[in-house]
Amino acid sequence: MYMKKLMLGNEAFARGLYEAGCKIASSYPGTPSTEITEEVAKYDEVYAEWAPNEKVAMEVALGASIAGARSFCGMKHVGLNVAADPLYTAGYTGVNAGMVIAVADDPGMHSSQNEQDSRHHAIASKVMMLEPSDSAECKEFAKAAFDLSEQFDTPVIIRLSTRVSHSQSAVEIQKREERELLPYEKNPQKYVMMPGNAIRRHPEVEERLRKIAEYAETSPLNKVEINDTKIGVITSGVAYQYAKEALGTKASYLKLGIVNPLPEKIIKDFAAQCETVYVIEELDDVLETHCKKIGLDVHGKDTFSLMGEISQAIVREKILGEKAEEIQFPENVPVRPPVMCAGCPHRGLFYCLSKLGVMVSGDIGCYTLGAAAPLCAMDTTICMGASVSGLHGFNKARGEDAEKKSVAVIGDSTFMHSGMTGLVNIAYNATNSTVIILDNSITGMTGHQQNPTTGKNLKGDPAAAVNLVDLCHAIGIKSVRVVDPYHMAETEAVIKEELAKDEPSVIISRRPCALLKYVKHNPPLKVNENKCVGCKQCLKIGCPAISIHNGKCVIDHTQCVGCGICKEMCKLNAIED
Amino acid sequence: METKSIMIVGVGGQGSLLASRIIGNVLLSQNYDVKVSEVHGMSQRGGSVVTYVKYGDEVCSPVVNKGEADIIISFEQLEAARWLPYLKKGGHLVTSTQQIDPMPVITGVAQYPENIIDKIKGLGVDVIAVDALALAEQAGTSKASNVVLMGVVSQKMGFDESVWMQALEQCVPPKFLELNKKAFALGREVK
Repeated sequence: MYMKKLMLGNEAFARGLYEAGCKIASSYPGTPSTEITEEVAKYDEVYAEWAPNEKVAMEVALGASIAGARSFCGMKHVGLNVAADPLYTAGYTGVNAGMVIAVADDPGMHSSQNEQDSRHHAIASKVMMLEPSDSAECKEFAKAAFDLSEQFDTPVIIRLSTRVSHSQSAVEIQKREERELLPYEKNPQKYVMMPGNAIRRHPEVEERLRKIAEYAETSPLNKVEINDTKIGVITSGVAYQYAKEALGTKASYLKLGIVNPLPEKIIKDFAAQCETVYVIEELDDVLETHCKKIGLDVHGKDTFSLMGEISQAIVREKILGEKAEEIQFPENVPVRPPVMCAGCPHRGLFYCLSKLGVMVSGDIGCYTLGAAAPLCAMDTTICMGASVSGLHGFNKARGEDAEKKSVAVIGDSTFMHSGMTGLVNIAYNATNSTVIILDNSITGMTGHQQNPTTGKNLKGDPAAAVNLVDLCHAIGIKSVRVVDPYHMAETEAVIKEELAKDEPSVIISRRPCALLKYVKHNPPLKVNENKCVGCKQCLKIGCPAISIHNGKCVIDHTQCVGCGICKEMCKLNAIED
Repeated sequence: METKSIMIVGVGGQGSLLASRIIGNVLLSQNYDVKVSEVHGMSQRGGSVVTYVKYGDEVCSPVVNKGEADIIISFEQLEAARWLPYLKKGGHLVTSTQQIDPMPVITGVAQYPENIIDKIKGLGVDVIAVDALALAEQAGTSKASNVVLMGVVSQKMGFDESVWMQALEQCVPPKFLELNKKAFALGREVK
């Protein structure tokens, strides 16, 4: 079968997993990595699941590999921090059948809380890492990674980035190579990592790195392209595409497909052929540091930034000194930050928190937008789960007064990911903290993935559902309340009551995401112009469907889903069905 | 052929992903090398969103930088103004006349600029401005304004109408195909 198709990098990656005979995929969603697992789930031959977090996902994948099945786990860059624990020891155990890990970095932080460079994890865990630069390579590298994983007895990480994951380019489709399970044999020396065994595995890890570096000298994944040799570019991933577009045949390229471990000879040989060598890489100076370590005189972060994305324009400007002409709009253009959608169930809850003026320990999800104006109801956002554990620390430090004036907010999926353990800590180590679980019955931010509370699995089939109320009780929280955030007066009253209690409590703010297909909406609301005096009270909830024109409020009928929060705000009853 | 660049800009939720997929499929069917770069995640939530479509003999970078776009398709006026620096000199702007106030305008800390389209025309830019929302509603749903704009831009990009129809069939669920074909036709008639 021969067919060319436009595919997202993530979709092509999933195709590569499928074609390579991958049998088990376990991941936690995270932009920009999510679609790999969603796409691979569409192939019946691959078992795919959403795990509660990345650590679980990676352990599932390693277990499957030990069992003899080619396996996969995928995550965003910060997810790899969560999965770092199994990763570093999986480096020691190695694999049985091939195991591939996708990690998607987000230079420029399109949808992330930091822009860490995942290559450091590969270096620190001494695990092989590949880096594709477009969709065709996503597929090719995913397949190659399984072979390399088995050849060198190591998990293989593939580093993606937003532009590789979320760009579509042409991919040739091939057939799946069906693979039998490899035999499973008990081998505690390899898989039981207690000191006596691990101490014997470590030399193998070092030897493996040496062998892979030797392989990298001649691997087809590393490519040399000699054109004009005045400028030499050492690069990898999407940065190669930027350099190639900017410099074309005015430069020669060493494109590294294997970014850990790095070869020596091929880099030295390439550099020797070029007059001036630039290392073009996004984020940290990983390739540059290696080049300098092997004694090469290269330009890198003296020319390019450690922050954000690179682009063809940046390469053109920095190396060729060329800049494109721009047409400027003659006035200030107001920014358009992301906002909670019209009808978002989080809005009512955050309005209550804003009104109460409490300290809000925040978390990762759509609801992080509660930090934005006009609600401004968030004090901290660090990482998945930190709202709950951070609140406990805040309250331990500041005592009873703080307990009465602070809450944590965390989504249902984030709570299952790593909020539960923080709640255990609150119950066990006793602060009278108030934790609000924003249960919108889906993982929202990443585009509607199921999670252990939704009663459905990745394929949409019925699954066991965690009962959040029972779970909180079992953890030791006696006071657990459920509210509907569309009813703001009731929600506010419950928050006040729970804050006042001398015990830890959980409030579950429950209403499905307004974007879920099964959610039925009311018709759009209208403003009665005769009643509206333009007091702007309804604008305080920050609904994108409400604006003010000629002194009267206007509701955009294409956005409004009739949630009624604004009606509750309007003291003049000017908003009508 | 030298690489051509198209940008689709708008407000998260307006359907720019479908638009980019339609154009991408049209271009792939004409045997171009194509790259389409999308934005997912946080900025999709009502923020300013941009999608890049590039085609030619060999496309390298998936993104479009300032001064590089041959065509900008804008779903909303303010976004046309925002992304204008990305338009190449002599490039075309196709924009919907729809206005969606961003949060700083709603909360009163910023003003929505007046007469955006006239001001852009005043800079010597070739602009086609169309009430895509009204045409989409005429076709049956406000959600099809993205496909109306595809109809408009198809005039600037060339290719047989049948090629566009084929791409629509590939990208739109059968249930909504007739409606979208109508929306496309209304856009294609815009002068």
